Amino acid sequence: MSTFDYAPAPESRAVVELRSSYGLFIDGAFVAPVDGAAFKTVNPATEEVLAEVAEGGLADVELAVKAARRAYTRTWSKMPGRERGKYLFRIARIVQERSRELAVLETLDNGKPIKESRDVDIPLVAAWFFHYAGWADKLDHAGYGPDPQPLGVCAQVIPWNFPLLMLAWKIAPALAAGNTVVLKPAETTPLTALLFAEICQQADLPPGVVNIVTGAGATGQALVEHAGVDKVAFTGSTEVGKQIARAVAGSHKKVTLELGGKAANIVFDDAPIDQAVEGIVRGVFFNQGHVCCAGTRLLVQESVADEVMRKLKRRVAALRLGDPMDKNTDIGAINSSAQLERIRTLAEVGESEGAQRWSPPCELPDHGFWFAPTIFTGVTQAHRIAREEIFGPVLSVLTFRTPKEALEKANNTPYGLSAGVWTDKGSRILWMAQHLRAGVVWANTFNNFDPASPFGGYKESGYGREGGRHGLEAYLDV
Amino acid sequence: MTTTAAGLADVTASGAALRRFLHGLPGVDQVGAEARAADLATRSIKTTAKAFAIDLAIQMIDLTTLEGMDTTGKVRALCAKGIRPDPSDPTTPSVAAICVYSDLVGVAKEALGSSGVRVAAVATAFPSGRASMAVKLADTADAVKAGADEIDMVIDRGAFLSGHYLDVFDEIVQVRAACGEGDGRAHLKVILETGELQTYDNVRRASWLAMLAGADFIKTSTGKIAPAATPPVTLVMLEAVRDFREATGRQVGVKPAGGIRTSKDAIRNLVLVNEIAGPDWLSPVWFRIGASSVLNDLLMQRAKLATGRYSGPDYFTID
Amino acid sequence: MSDRLEVRKTYKLYIGGTFPRSESGRSYEVTDHKGHFLANPALASRKDARDAVVAARAAFPGWSGATAYNRGQVLYRVAEVMEGRREQFVTEVSAAEGVTRRKAEGLVDLAIDRWVWYAGWTDKLAQVVGSANSVAGPFYNFSVPEPTGVVAVVAPQRSSLLGLVSVVAPVVATGNTAVVVASRTMPLPAVTLSEVLATSDVPGGVVNILTGAPWEMAPWLASHMDVGGIDLAGSGLDAVDLEKAAADNLKRVRRPVDADDDWTAQPGLERLTSFLETKTVWHPVGL
Repeated sequence: MSTFDYAPAPESRAVVELRSSYGLFIDGAFVAPVDGAAFKTVNPATEEVLAEVAEGGLADVELAVKAARRAYTRTWSKMPGRERGKYLFRIARIVQERSRELAVLETLDNGKPIKESRDVDIPLVAAWFFHYAGWADKLDHAGYGPDPQPLGVCAQVIPWNFPLLMLAWKIAPALAAGNTVVLKPAETTPLTALLFAEICQQADLPPGVVNIVTGAGATGQALVEHAGVDKVAFTGSTEVGKQIARAVAGSHKKVTLELGGKAANIVFDDAPIDQAVEGIVRGVFFNQGHVCCAGTRLLVQESVADEVMRKLKRRVAALRLGDPMDKNTDIGAINSSAQLERIRTLAEVGESEGAQRWSPPCELPDHGFWFAPTIFTGVTQAHRIAREEIFGPVLSVLTFRTPKEALEKANNTPYGLSAGVWTDKGSRILWMAQHLRAGVVWANTFNNFDPASPFGGYKESGYGREGGRHGLEAYLDV
Repeated sequence: MTTTAAGLADVTASGAALRRFLHGLPGVDQVGAEARAADLATRSIKTTAKAFAIDLAIQMIDLTTLEGMDTTGKVRALCAKGIRPDPSDPTTPSVAAICVYSDLVGVAKEALGSSGVRVAAVATAFPSGRASMAVKLADTADAVKAGADEIDMVIDRGAFLSGHYLDVFDEIVQVRAACGEGDGRAHLKVILETGELQTYDNVRRASWLAMLAGADFIKTSTGKIAPAATPPVTLVMLEAVRDFREATGRQVGVKPAGGIRTSKDAIRNLVLVNEIAGPDWLSPVWFRIGASSVLNDLLMQRAKLATGRYSGPDYFTID
Repeated sequence: MSDRLEVRKTYKLYIGGTFPRSESGRSYEVTDHKGHFLANPALASRKDARDAVVAARAAFPGWSGATAYNRGQVLYRVAEVMEGRREQFVTEVSAAEGVTRRKAEGLVDLAIDRWVWYAGWTDKLAQVVGSANSVAGPFYNFSVPEPTGVVAVVAPQRSSLLGLVSVVAPVVATGNTAVVVASRTMPLPAVTLSEVLATSDVPGGVVNILTGAPWEMAPWLASHMDVGGIDLAGSGLDAVDLEKAAADNLKRVRRPVDADDDWTAQPGLERLTSFLETKTVWHPVGL
């Protein structure tokens, strides 16, 4: 018997040219912040400082919103959709051309495996821009009337889990519909947004159409609350989403929110078991579990629970955790020490609640933020780890006896973003899909995304949809 | 004499029981299986890992010639190549076996001498399997008598696709018996011809059927039709042998054959073995690659690792 | 420098991704709007048309089976390469149609933008013309558009690029494959377009372009039993007979437009949906 050890297969960092410091991107140029504040962004796998990034204050937000307004009034809203679309096609093409550079930068700043940023994140970014480029000159066919109008200036605040992809989900439809944007990336992952700003320059995008203001919570709040903004789009935690909903109450601002989730991944006794195991793994360990729609509650039919758990544990033990820049890594770093702390705390809660904790033997690197894939069995609805979003590689396993019971448990949550159904029976897929209170139902698959496929939540997972024809509604005055 | 595990003896008691068992196995979702195989194809195997994989792959090859125009001369040349794939580099390992038609087993046996390279013979009216049982058994007996170490039989796909599972089972049992008894017996590989089975569900069922009937190896294809050994098919078969060992304690080997042309293909197969069935299968005793042209590509990659230069076909023997 | 002799292009047919001459060996003279000689493009025969249908049929499974995203990428690439050939198109359109260079530039730019418009439809049309249907029973019922198959197109006679693009792009965007009869008197931009297609990752056989006499080829295409649809845009007075011939296998027919149409008006979805079939599927919803 031999062992097949995969030698290190590192992706080269050389393709990325990191600057030591970055300014804000306002009105088509990189500028220093008005009051000169800055913060550092770190590689979560090594804790190495990557760059210094500007912290946008109130004055900077003001400048950005003004620039977006000028660009909207003078240029972008007057431009025929056909021309707007061609700018977006250019951006899509440049993303494809610089895809390796973007993938490496995303991995360095976020901690996710290069395999994922290269094969999932960046291709989807390009696809999102391609898709919405094609809507720009077809708004009259989108089902919103013969001549739907844009809203104006959009304030967009995005999270750290899919930095450039979340940027694409926000900017592509906004621009296609004729709006201009001010976008604030998450404070731990600003770098690909800043590289995107360079791409906007390469595409000759008119100044002010896209503005990137980096910063933390305060910057985002200032942006969202700015009176000169017509539309707010936020992806992040439910808690902050609620704050934003309160902040825009009574104003003219349209708002869409894409928030947290605690999705049920339901495995029936007639599921294609090996693919279901892959789906469970993909559902909760993909992107280190930093996914709002992660399948964090496995609901497995009691009659197959033992078999599924055995196969699942064997499969999880084969996951490769380590250097995100190694092409063979499956599980990368946790994005920040703060997030790591949250995950650890909730995992301890899980143990104290009486669930059985299991992780495969896993060597964690000494530097960086790491958490081994973890499975809790013996979990019930009354456990905190079955109700609260952990946002890490932690799976809670519950059992059920009948489809109706599975459905009730799946729906028994304030969240409603996504759900998974694994069964060989078509009618049951459709029945479950019909009754699940979730904005996205994945049947015999999980964590699949496409720019043509509308995505968004029910209940406290937010409102509004991103993707497809439906995704235009948020950015049109309809 | 069949060797089914005690717990599963009942399932082959009747056609109905066998059907219930095979159809009761979990289904395979095509999209999911193909996605997993595609994901594993992104593994980056470099430097020391690549050198290891190349040498292991060479040692797993069943170097094959199965043409109507095969002659003594052709088989002898192939045997020499199999023993010494690269005359300019004596560190190159030999292949696992030479695979020929049953009437050329004697020639191969003589040419291979005491080299340790085994002789595998296709039998049972390969590749179609469309002949009477008597003919198929005679074919097998001839090969065994001529000294074949391994018999690569084909299942009756017509019987399988029309649901006559017990007939397929019985045929395998009989061919297995014709392979002999005891340690010196010929080892049986059962070719499923997955390209004709067409669905992964069928591949899973046929795999289990063959293993229940006593197969030592399950093999994807005859190599005579396309598609042959695609990664998802090999993946499904590796899952089957893994699950079978878990259920019965008996380990069965896997041989993808046909369509494996480049080193990349071969190495991807080893990654599949490693991550699906596990390291226990990473040896020529439990995994073989049915191929011919891939050998030279492996030798070229081997030369590149050794010299740092890209090589060309002039530097490797054609047989 | 002005004494340099230019290397003139040969204008051949585009069938199955390659550029053969007509199997008949014939060619015909094409002049500019003033009667000056331009070129001798191939004069296609019915056998060329037959071969083109075979090529289009062979290309259909791959093209219709590609993802909409992939088709969109390929078609967008066509627009990129068209843009690169802008100068050549402008010269050819101006010579053919007798319009000023400035007017020709406008027509070429519009043709490229129209191609881009159609490229962007590939992954959106299903959302606009497909549906989930509320039937009165425990069934999931949905309708999706699917391409018809091989579509014959008789391109407009007097709009050598814009009209051509307007009839070809919608056919292939949805996954059909096309056999196109170019304008008889203004075929050169069509041949240049075929060169663009050949260098833009368009699989061979998806679009086939025949130059020559529509009255020679169109009847054979209209009566061809393996052609599923026909656009009679440029067939003029022959259209009625062609439509009758098309009835033999119930081809989907688009009747000709006004011959004086300049094709500048923004189209709707009609050319996309003409050669689409709607498939409706039922499935029970239950435990």
